[in-house]
Amino acid sequence: MDTLPRGEGELYADPSADRARAFFASKPRALTDKLTTVAEAVARLVADRDYLAIGGFGVARLPVAVVHEVLRQGKQDLGFAGYTATHDFQVLCAGNLTGRGRTLARVDVAYVIGLEARGLSPHARRVMESGEVAFVEWTNYALAVRLKAAAMGVPFLPARVMLGTDTFRRSAARVIDCPFTGERLVALPALYPDVAAIHVHEADRYGNCRIRGTTVADLDLARAARKLIVTCERLIPNDEIRREPDRTVIPFFCVDAVCEVPFGSYPGNMPYEYFSDEAHLRRWLEVERDPDAYRRFLDEHVFGVSDFSEYLRRCGGLPRLQELRRQEFLLHQGR
Amino acid sequence: MNLPYTPMELMICCAARALEDGRTAAVGTGVPCAAAMLAQRAHAPHLVVLFEAGGVAPQLPTMPISVGDSRTFYRGLMATSMSDIMETCQRGMVDYTFLGGAQIDAFGNLNSTMIGDDYARPKVRLPGSGGANDLASLCWRVLVVTSHDRRRFVDKLDFLTTPGYLTGLGAREAAGLPPGTGPYRVITDLAVLGYHETTRRMEVLSLHPGVALEQVRAATGFALGAAEELSTTIAPTAEELRILREEVDPHRYILGR
Repeated sequence: MDTLPRGEGELYADPSADRARAFFASKPRALTDKLTTVAEAVARLVADRDYLAIGGFGVARLPVAVVHEVLRQGKQDLGFAGYTATHDFQVLCAGNLTGRGRTLARVDVAYVIGLEARGLSPHARRVMESGEVAFVEWTNYALAVRLKAAAMGVPFLPARVMLGTDTFRRSAARVIDCPFTGERLVALPALYPDVAAIHVHEADRYGNCRIRGTTVADLDLARAARKLIVTCERLIPNDEIRREPDRTVIPFFCVDAVCEVPFGSYPGNMPYEYFSDEAHLRRWLEVERDPDAYRRFLDEHVFGVSDFSEYLRRCGGLPRLQELRRQEFLLHQGR
Repeated sequence: MNLPYTPMELMICCAARALEDGRTAAVGTGVPCAAAMLAQRAHAPHLVVLFEAGGVAPQLPTMPISVGDSRTFYRGLMATSMSDIMETCQRGMVDYTFLGGAQIDAFGNLNSTMIGDDYARPKVRLPGSGGANDLASLCWRVLVVTSHDRRRFVDKLDFLTTPGYLTGLGAREAAGLPPGTGPYRVITDLAVLGYHETTRRMEVLSLHPGVALEQVRAATGFALGAAEELSTTIAPTAEELRILREEVDPHRYILGR
């Protein structure tokens, strides 16, 4: 069969390692206090037309407070990296086709719209079928490799996926032959997001972070992103970080803002902390079917609340969160 | 015919039996996970289960809801990264993966991206590859478990998301995919299917009890061959059903579908 030498899709982010270096040359390195609110961090660090990436996988370890704040502040025309982006993508889509302009303008798709076994988001489908959002195709691993290339400071990395498929044809990847072995490879361009948000278990006020459980692509994402907002379940003293430096997985100099957001992955899952609120996620999927009902729901849960803790209160507050904590530890099963 | 098992139970048993002991399998939630759990309890205690988001060898307490949720590394041997899992596949250390899709063609290529003919304005936009293209490119053997109808088994995909044998023998290798990899089994509610050695087209290996070959062909949108020694699928054993119903999915998350 004929092999297409390059995908036809548009490249939404500049893969140049030199231009990334020029940016990182000016990024602050000092050990300074970065503790702030989510509202201030989003106002300062997320600009219209920025390319945004969100940490976690599925509904696990999502920086939900940042996603809500991006909507509340009405950020416009963002690019987005969608590798198993489920509830986060669903929420970002609430800034499109709801009378609030266009939050999402272009999406690197590996997995969007779906919430895995829970089904497809009706509103995210409307947005992606409307024609107002441009998109190109990738795969989960391809986007992880693109972030890894950026984290390494090189303009591309090779891999052995996407070859021979329409996924490749609709991507911005290229086919190359290995200079050593002649083996055919896909060349994946580095992805340096303008801004990323990652939710972690613990961080100090300088941005040194600890993560428990699977890290997905977050360690590369933290290093690839030009600007990084970290939300954490718990702020911990710098002394604690210094006592066990081997537990630090994201160093302070990658981080631009630290926000303490307890239960910050709600309604998602936070490993070793709380399980996902499946009832709330189901309700979200159901209410999206009717655009008017969805607008009211968004007013009640996102646009009409002052901050994330108010959202948590409206979703059942501490009693509900305690129940999700019991589910995470299987205590509700008597284990 | 009144059978002592459901089509779903039979499909999970067929999928589980396809997994040899001492192998690795990258699985998703739902049926694949149930099949791996059954295999581990029935005949493959050393089957290593991997989840794409980074979970390695969990002792699953319940069915995970997400490929990334905390159950996927519950009492596991490692919680790592997505790249680490995919690169384990890319190095050639992962034997099986399970995939699905809205459409599958005669060469086992899958579509999970869109229905329609206008890419920018799809009739139905679906999630996309996720990790499916990666796993199908890199794992040795790809299994698909799906219901069997003409809407799904199509002559031409609306979008080729995930590679099967592409256009036939040698096409994967020509495209640059690792040699020796590719589709292995398709397990449906009607039959167990494999791929012809030289044409790489799908063919029926065994018919489920009570199912006729013509019935399978009628539910397939492309010309479907049959193996020379066409057999009847072995029904689930009492022990398989007990494990499935009592240990793997007591809440009937999957079995109830």
